[in-house]
Amino acid sequence: MQNHTPHVESWGRTVIVPQRVIPLFWQPKKLPELDEQETLLPYGEGRSYGDSCLNEGGVLLQTRGMNRFIYFDESQGILRCEAGVRLDEILEVTIPRGWFIPVSPGTQFVTLGGAIANDIHGKNHHVAGTFGRYVRAMEVLRSDGKRWLCSPQENSDLFGATIGGLGLTGLVLWAEIQMKRVSGPWIDQETVRFSHVDDFFKISEDSEKDYEYSVSWIDTLAQGKHLGRGHFMRGNHSPQKLDYSSKPKKITIPCNAPNWLLNTFTVRSFNFLYYHRQLATQKRNTVHYRPFFYPLDAVLAWNKLYGKRGFFQYQLVVPFKNDREPIKEILRLVAKSGMASFLAVLKTFGNIPSPGWMSFPREGVTLALDFPNQGSKTRKLFEELDRIVRTSQGALYPAKDATMLAEDFQKFYPRWQEFQKWVDPKFSSSFWRRVAEGQGSNG
Amino acid sequence: MAKTLILGATSAIAIETAKILSDRGDALFLVARSPEKLESVRCDLEVRGGKIAGTLSSDLNDFSTHPGLMKKALEALQGLDLVLIAHGTLGDQKACEQDFVLAEKEIRTNFLSCVSLLTLISNKMEQEKSGTIAVISSVAGDRGRQSNYIYGSAKGALNLFLQGLRNRMYSSGVMVLTIKPGFVDTPMTAALKKNFLFAKPDQIGRGIVKAIDRKKDVVYLPCFWWGIMAIIKAIPEKIFKRLKL
Repeated sequence: MQNHTPHVESWGRTVIVPQRVIPLFWQPKKLPELDEQETLLPYGEGRSYGDSCLNEGGVLLQTRGMNRFIYFDESQGILRCEAGVRLDEILEVTIPRGWFIPVSPGTQFVTLGGAIANDIHGKNHHVAGTFGRYVRAMEVLRSDGKRWLCSPQENSDLFGATIGGLGLTGLVLWAEIQMKRVSGPWIDQETVRFSHVDDFFKISEDSEKDYEYSVSWIDTLAQGKHLGRGHFMRGNHSPQKLDYSSKPKKITIPCNAPNWLLNTFTVRSFNFLYYHRQLATQKRNTVHYRPFFYPLDAVLAWNKLYGKRGFFQYQLVVPFKNDREPIKEILRLVAKSGMASFLAVLKTFGNIPSPGWMSFPREGVTLALDFPNQGSKTRKLFEELDRIVRTSQGALYPAKDATMLAEDFQKFYPRWQEFQKWVDPKFSSSFWRRVAEGQGSNG
Repeated sequence: MAKTLILGATSAIAIETAKILSDRGDALFLVARSPEKLESVRCDLEVRGGKIAGTLSSDLNDFSTHPGLMKKALEALQGLDLVLIAHGTLGDQKACEQDFVLAEKEIRTNFLSCVSLLTLISNKMEQEKSGTIAVISSVAGDRGRQSNYIYGSAKGALNLFLQGLRNRMYSSGVMVLTIKPGFVDTPMTAALKKNFLFAKPDQIGRGIVKAIDRKKDVVYLPCFWWGIMAIIKAIPEKIFKRLKL
């Protein structure tokens, strides 16, 4: 167990660092012994994109082996399980009994621990808030050997610090969450095509009341009168009880695609075809929850499509302004840069507060972009985007980040010093050293 | 809907196999050494909808407990259709070479405890003229190698024992399945460096259930290990003894 394993990566694959991996199979009584300079970081499925789930020169505690259910109250929808259980495993058990996870991120291949550590959000943020709101209790093991039972009522400081706390406050052993009643796996979905970002805001406003879930795909290469055109997808859990027994087919990307595969030309073609795939302005249908919530999960290891160079995600939130100027300026900058973002997602966040001190979502509009790693060219674009996010009092999402400046982080997350007091002295991450301790950056 | 006894129920492969079996309605009786781990596996299977007839925490190296254990399992399950023997340890070969006490313990755990349990189980099933015995052995039992021959010889002896037992049970209609996994990514192999040959325990679990359903005699899991072991077994001893394996 002493060997350094360089093969544990984050999802973006731009940060490759040596670290020692210790797999956990059972809830440990105490944390492993460390060498003098070493620190610990829990690691679930590695679905964070940058360096927040990595710990250069330190230890990663692989939590996937702690994947057992503990308790499920079917009448109340209260589920308790170990932190390494993945959301797809939860859904498989709970959907046949009429319960759904209260907040779904864009992939079901994340662990419960990861969902808490990043206080994930989903298409229902405007009505449901973040995942952390549904954590009823959890147990955290810290390096002094003490196990902390925390909830909104008990040890509420550690509770608030751990939700969105990027795994730094100790090892979450298990958590209890409040599930959400549904009648089946189906979603009544409606897709509305819009030809300008202004229309996005209009549709968004109209949809908020009647639709639990909403998100938009946008064509980031479109400019001028087509700026920010895209498809607005909205939906509700369907009362229909259709038969669905077969398992979905999955494709796996077996190896790195060539770096040139996703370039401006291919993405422009894709975006054009995708935008025009739906000729009618509005389309309604009933779909299974998997393609609705997790379209990319059908392609396993899709991150390898970006080739060996890897890719960056960039997710920002900016507060609502009447003229929506910041988001438009960002879209203009991205379109002008010609740098193709294959998967651009736009969504409004509501004003429901999270119990997490370091939670990313806040009222406004959020945009998630991904770019192939083109080195300094990509970073230069990020610098320009950072400037807009900074001046419009927005924020960036640590789970997606590999480039945020320390001073920006400290401004985006004003409670970071209060949080730091709860960071376990033996825990750290590459991200944390970069943004809070001012050590190094990844480029 | 088989009445199933699982020995070594907290091993990663046993857990994955138990998930599949309980999912299709088997009633399970689980035996393992650590009461905490056993309880955690029981809860997990129950939340998933499984039917757990009972659990018993027991050190299978204490052979005197075996008759009592069998009695409890038979009472709880009210019969016995399937037994999965999954307990085992992968000892430190180097330490075993130096200290017979350690080597003996490895042989007891990986071979003798199975002989003791299978004596009770096979007599019961022979009497009933039905049942399936599935035992997790290892590819390591196919040929002795310097890096692993204490564990390997225990598993090799187990393979021969099962072969004989299968022969004996044939006329009673009792199936005996020898399962030979290759490298599996489990707590047992946590200290080994992982490579492409490592399989996940759920994959092995599916293979075990398939082999039980198809009434196989011997199964290599994943199946490519059959080819690897065929080659390793074919190397003449004159050459093999010089290899660093």
